[in-house]
Amino acid sequence: MTQASSAAAPAATLRARLSELAAWPVRAALGLFDPPMQGLQRLIGAGRMPYVFLAPNFVFFGLFVFLPIAINVVFSVTGGTALFPSERPYVGTEQYAYLFDCGSYLDPRSCREDHFWRGVGNTARFVVFQVTAMVVFSLVTALVLNMKIRARGFFRAVYFFPVLLSPVVVALIWKWILQRDGLLNAAITTLGGQKILFFVDPTWAMFWAVFVSVWAHMGFYTLILLAGLQAIPTDLYEAAEMDRTPRWRVLLRITLPLLWPNLIVVIVLSLIRGVQTFDEVFVLTGGGPGTATLMIVQYIYETAFANQVQNFGLAAAASVVLGLVLFVLTLVQLAVARRKEA
Amino acid sequence: MASLTGLLGSRRNGAGRPVHWTDIAAYAYLALGVVMMFAPVLWLVVSSFKTQSALLEFPPSFLPFAQAEVTVPGQPQPLPLFRATLPDGTVKELAQLRRIGLVAVMIDPADPSQQVRIAIDKREPVRRVALSTSNYTEPLRQLAFTTYLRNSVFVTVVATLITLLINSMAAYALAVYEFRGKAAASLAVIGTLMIPITIILVPVYLVVTKLGLVNSLWAVILPGAATPTGVFLLRQYMLTLPKDLIEAARMDKASEWQIYWRIVMPLTLPALAVLAIFSIMWRWNEFLWPLAVLTKTEVFTLQIGLNAFQGDLQTQWHYLLAMTVVTLIPVTLVFVFLQRFIATGIGSTGMK
Repeated sequence: MTQASSAAAPAATLRARLSELAAWPVRAALGLFDPPMQGLQRLIGAGRMPYVFLAPNFVFFGLFVFLPIAINVVFSVTGGTALFPSERPYVGTEQYAYLFDCGSYLDPRSCREDHFWRGVGNTARFVVFQVTAMVVFSLVTALVLNMKIRARGFFRAVYFFPVLLSPVVVALIWKWILQRDGLLNAAITTLGGQKILFFVDPTWAMFWAVFVSVWAHMGFYTLILLAGLQAIPTDLYEAAEMDRTPRWRVLLRITLPLLWPNLIVVIVLSLIRGVQTFDEVFVLTGGGPGTATLMIVQYIYETAFANQVQNFGLAAAASVVLGLVLFVLTLVQLAVARRKEA
Repeated sequence: MASLTGLLGSRRNGAGRPVHWTDIAAYAYLALGVVMMFAPVLWLVVSSFKTQSALLEFPPSFLPFAQAEVTVPGQPQPLPLFRATLPDGTVKELAQLRRIGLVAVMIDPADPSQQVRIAIDKREPVRRVALSTSNYTEPLRQLAFTTYLRNSVFVTVVATLITLLINSMAAYALAVYEFRGKAAASLAVIGTLMIPITIILVPVYLVVTKLGLVNSLWAVILPGAATPTGVFLLRQYMLTLPKDLIEAARMDKASEWQIYWRIVMPLTLPALAVLAIFSIMWRWNEFLWPLAVLTKTEVFTLQIGLNAFQGDLQTQWHYLLAMTVVTLIPVTLVFVFLQRFIATGIGSTGMK
């Protein structure tokens, strides 16, 4: 007994030594910044240290956000195909004039830059359908998940799963199902129907773009609405139950009015995201058939990077226009958020 | 029906409450939801194990079937197996040696010396469930897929580490100190929240070009490293830490960096974990910016590689599906183990 413990003791110390040894590089790496930062603090004083802590983040913000905003404006008022602003001739509002040169804004064919206006029209249509469907489905799902159901955590997770998937994966999953010889067409022919070429028909292509985007993101909005539903005081419901209020009345008179602020958040957020839609639709349909599902962001991407002639100025002008739209939507969002707090 | 009622009248309902029709509708809706959300992914995974010829079948079979093959002594290659109806009416499993027009030369695997000639409409292939794992192993061996995978892992890990470090530093400054320009700094952080990459694509490309980073993975890593979401999330958490702790450390002559690095950071771990999960998801799934800035296949990330692959004229679906499943795996692991954290993260920030 004593022998065994005395034999175990050195082994234990050895193990402790070893783990200490193994921890050394980690500790050394973690302590790497200690001496230089201490020296810096002695040099500039503790009062200036917050600027040091802020500096890296602001270098990044400056280089990749603030500076680009300024350059974007410069790009949009200069012409040519050069990338560097110093080599680009000043053209004033020519890029904007070119973008907005339209016979009628409702008919993209009458515009000089018809792809941009197709993008605007498609994005507008996409956003209207998508936001409507998103609100309806996430609301119904949140209401159902808020009922007294079993395995709520599991069901909540089910709807949330696609939110984590990458847009490319989401698009490929559905492309595989919707292709000519895919699962859906197999189901249709089994039921006696004809194969449908979903990505050749403009209406179907837009329908699936909306559908796939709702499928992928509704879990996120459901979560927001569910949080709102769970914040509604339960005594309101208990009082309603005492009064034997019918369920639809409880829904219309208690739940929906109290959920309204969250619904607005969902609407505005999905609007902001919808206007920027690109990846899922781009991989799913490639903007086609023709330009039937071409979105503004795809137009910007292609004008600047994918076309034969890279027209940075026109792309920048289009993104300034998009930025203004987003700015207005964000102001709405902030106003809503403030009202919610008040 | 009694058991169904028992199931629906759940514990939370209490025993006496009758089942309302909305309860049944709710469970029906949820069941439909499970199918709608999971079935497409399941279909992808099942399809990814099918052979190229099985993928071309219409209507598709659910399980990955493949024609069975058999090695016959004396034959260099495995032969396809058929169920043949012999002239005397018996049905036998035979291997096909070769096919001449409408006649197939078959041999019995058990008795390879004897050859039988059978009209091709008198035989049908023997199909067995077979997982075509070569869909996975082949791209890993030949295609640039391994490179894409390595690039994606590199971008995700390095970008997440940088994001955690610099965002926590900024959050610490905004949470702990009072200094001149603090309000302006906070406002600037809020401001960047409103500027998505979609509207500054071209000028960020210019900056990255000036820095000489086009077609380098750093071009993907750096622009998104500082995130307002991250700063906010961490700052909110750091505000809840007791101020006495920091004061006590100052008394003990700890430097400001040591307070941040050795006291505040370990206590902020829960929030750091949430930000890490977010960052991993953002980076792994990122598409538009890498698409703009990476044009050489050596630096493609998985998402860009998948997109390029599906854009090919002859889409090799059997490889594409398998690679999509591989891309899905890390995110699914995050989902299975960390779903709760993400829900909390979204609940507390309203962002994703």
